[in-house]
Amino acid sequence: MFYGVELGSRLLLGTARYPSPAVLERAIKASGAEVVTVSLRREGGSGRAGQSFWSFIQSFGLRVLPNTAGCHSVKEAVTTAHMARELFDTKWIKLEVIGDDDTLQPDVFGLVEAARILSEDGFEVFPYTTEDLVVAERLIEAGCKVLMPWGAPIGSARGLNNVYGLRALRAHFPDIPLVVDAGLGVPSHAAAAMELGYDAVLLNTAIAEAGDPAEMARAFALAVEAGRAAHLAQPMEPRDMAAPSTPVIGKAVLGG
Amino acid sequence: MRIFLNDDAHDVEPGTLAAALESLGFGGRKIATALNGRFVAAAARPKTALADGDRVEVVAPMQGG
Repeated sequence: MFYGVELGSRLLLGTARYPSPAVLERAIKASGAEVVTVSLRREGGSGRAGQSFWSFIQSFGLRVLPNTAGCHSVKEAVTTAHMARELFDTKWIKLEVIGDDDTLQPDVFGLVEAARILSEDGFEVFPYTTEDLVVAERLIEAGCKVLMPWGAPIGSARGLNNVYGLRALRAHFPDIPLVVDAGLGVPSHAAAAMELGYDAVLLNTAIAEAGDPAEMARAFALAVEAGRAAHLAQPMEPRDMAAPSTPVIGKAVLGG
Repeated sequence: MRIFLNDDAHDVEPGTLAAALESLGFGGRKIATALNGRFVAAAARPKTALADGDRVEVVAPMQGG
């Protein structure tokens, strides 16, 4: 499904902002996720946080998707991607080039440029993008074989801000794996994304900051599964007027 | 010679990036490095000479979304 890798779960899970490693562990298990996102940050000569986090993540035997979170320029994102490839030993990179600090909206111009540089260098790029169709086309031309449009700004829990745009993106690129990344707040948002025909969702804060992250992870897993099944079952089209579900023919005539 | 590692100034013996990292406690650690904004692969560190004023970035795995 993603660069030739078939996954059993359509939920990709972020590993940040959990109250403790134990809670993260329970959430990962309850979500059924087979891919977790990770990042990299500065570490001093005496620090050991990075090493222990890496041992912890490796203990699950999951595939990791490193990100370039916080990068604001092409150069920064490309260098970060190279460091991530070496550190995590994977060609996968969740490419973020942030253009605005308030919305964390992708800088799509820098994103396309960075995606081209990295794809040509052998990376398998998962671009965090908007639902813009032309940007999507440019990203595909740049070598991306997966697109990850936002549902809403990162961490906002607003759900799918532009259902029309996401539906159009799905219709324009029926053969490209599409992942709604960011902005989901509750399981119904994830179900809605899957009902639109999206291939997967990627989320973090909605689970990490829930009162009970493990239970919320389970709820999201159920929603993703339900939404996917609903998509495959071909939902009926909405209509403006009522249509009786009970046949009218043969109804007893009982007068006024 | 003075270098800046993650913005902090350190006085190190003239030599390679690998030697500087070793002397600053990073030996054998799971880290990735950049020198003056450019990625330096682990295998290239012993061949990468440092100059006075160089800026070294050292990163390690951490949680991410």
